[in-house]
Amino acid sequence: MTEIAATDTLPKPKRDIAPVLLPIALALVMIPLIGSVSSWATLTVASLAMGMMIFIMASGLTLVFGLMDVLNFGHGAFIAVGAYIATLVLLPLASFAQADSLLTNLVVLVPAALLAMAVTAALGLVVERVLVLPVYGQHLKQILMTTGGLIVAEQTLYALFGPQIIPMPLPASLRGSFIIGDIAIAKYRLLAMLVGLVIFVAIELVLNRTKIGLLIRAGVENREMVESLGYRIRRLFLGVFMTGSALAGLGGVMWGLYREQVHASIGDELTVLVFIVVIIGGLGSITGCFIGAILVAMVANYGGFLVPKLALVSNILLMVSVLMWRPRGLYAVTSR
Amino acid sequence: MMILSGDPPRSRVLSALLVIIMLALLATPFIFPGAKAMNVAAKICIFAALVASYDLLLGYTGSVSFAHTMFYGIGSYAIAIALYALGPNWAAVAAGVAAGLPLALLLALAIGLFSLRVEAIFFAMITLAVASAFLVLASQLSWLTGGEDGRSFQLPELLRPGTVFVPKDWFGIAINGRILTYYIVFAASALMILALLRVVNSPFGRVLQAIRENRFRAEALGYRTVFHLTYANCIAAVIAALAGMLNALWLRYAGPDTSLSFSIMLDILLMVVIGGMGTIYGAIIGAAIFLLAENYLQALMGAASAAAAEAGVPLLPGLLHPDRWLLWLGLLFIASVYFFPTGVVGRLRNKPRPASGR
Repeated sequence: MTEIAATDTLPKPKRDIAPVLLPIALALVMIPLIGSVSSWATLTVASLAMGMMIFIMASGLTLVFGLMDVLNFGHGAFIAVGAYIATLVLLPLASFAQADSLLTNLVVLVPAALLAMAVTAALGLVVERVLVLPVYGQHLKQILMTTGGLIVAEQTLYALFGPQIIPMPLPASLRGSFIIGDIAIAKYRLLAMLVGLVIFVAIELVLNRTKIGLLIRAGVENREMVESLGYRIRRLFLGVFMTGSALAGLGGVMWGLYREQVHASIGDELTVLVFIVVIIGGLGSITGCFIGAILVAMVANYGGFLVPKLALVSNILLMVSVLMWRPRGLYAVTSR
Repeated sequence: MMILSGDPPRSRVLSALLVIIMLALLATPFIFPGAKAMNVAAKICIFAALVASYDLLLGYTGSVSFAHTMFYGIGSYAIAIALYALGPNWAAVAAGVAAGLPLALLLALAIGLFSLRVEAIFFAMITLAVASAFLVLASQLSWLTGGEDGRSFQLPELLRPGTVFVPKDWFGIAINGRILTYYIVFAASALMILALLRVVNSPFGRVLQAIRENRFRAEALGYRTVFHLTYANCIAAVIAALAGMLNALWLRYAGPDTSLSFSIMLDILLMVVIGGMGTIYGAIIGAAIFLLAENYLQALMGAASAAAAEAGVPLLPGLLHPDRWLLWLGLLFIASVYFFPTGVVGRLRNKPRPASGR
């Protein structure tokens, strides 16, 4: 590749901050509407935690679409599989998880999450090779193939684990909440926010500061060009697909702990939410996905508090209004 | 030929299969008078029409909609709520139709105008989101829809099993309101399928296929693709709502599980793909295969599962458990998308026309 003369300064990319301000503005507007600061704070923390979890699940999907124009309707299966795999570790070692020490809890929690991510990454490898590879470039068949994959995965989960709901209790040290003044913040929500932030920052760093990230971003914008420069974008894509699957698995574990139960149908349930987030954010955009996830969670939490009946369709309303404002999502990355 | 709109099955085996299915459905009340056989036959009729209307979208325009059960549900609930609220008379049925069809039409129009301008994928995601919101709405507004329990209702006098037209000693079976309902379902479904055949073989249908094959080129030729796609979406929605009305009339009940759930959407997808996308006839074949498998294969699987459990094979009993039949159909679905993208009908027709979409 030719180098640009080192002395030239590149023109600064235009920063588009309106979408970033949107959730902040939404949160501020809600203070007088909700009335009490303590419930507002609780709701805001709840939205941020839920948003981070959704972001973790959705990030892989949006990258996979942006990079390779592949929409994985079976993404929810990874979420469910991740949660189930975690129960394999958490339930036999329940005594560790229920011990009243953060360290002992983490000794089971971390391996459970890692195992779930490893399994879902491996599953992602298989799915990419078997289901997605044969139908590159054909949207219709992609949707059908991955929907078929979702059915098979869900039924296999039922066959292996049984159709009943599996309880997945939170480790003892993550129960309860911190009390600051009259504001109660659940410990687990704090952890979820932390994990989500770390992952968001990690993804942004990888995308913006490493060569692989450069190639991924270049691939999102123009696949053929990257290929013609001699990079094997398929291999890169496989890597992104597996990472996305692993993140979905991690999201599944976190969601399972959040709900304290696991059922194969969480795959279907969350697929819809994740899709809405990905659409709102703009297909292929990580930042958009992050903001979209927080917006969806905020609307769900604030809406559920203020007008419970509205919460049923709040996601759709949010999606429609965002798309009216920006028809291609908050950040339109791809030219597609 | 006229009645098939100049689009005959074009394969001896396929024609024979279709004739056998039609005759079997026509004669079901007399050959297999049991309640289960009648239910399966009526369901095949209803789903054949429903799946054919879905095929108009999936097979002919190449757009994947996940909201088809929503329209089906609108039809079901319109009839159920009308008959529940207004009592068992024909005016209530008319009111249900008069309320349900415009609702389905408007919703389809809104979704179409909103999301069909862009890619197939966008449409798929939006419909999925809207349909899931509708499902939640239907199960929450329990004062209207009966919530999770759904609405059971009484049929008009004429359609009740108690109304006997021909006593039992004539044909060995009493011709009652139930059998009349069955034939109404059968005839209405057949009419809808023929109407759809007419639609896809009209110049309008050709434009849809052109859009499927190359949207950009179709637009360049001067066709307003958004208009055509939205129009197709509306037709499909209205037919789906009609099928839903037949479903409600047959079951005398409408609830989330029988008319709205996501699993019905998956069933429809499976039927279309197994039968053959872009053929309309595939809907009849797909619905027949799928529903027969659903109702009779499960017994076979139960036996196999028990045998595997006795032989002490691990895992296999779970995988072969009758409730897991969808697993095997899912595998069949993937295999058929991969190996026979044109489905049974495409295979049987000597000149396969690939229904590949982008």
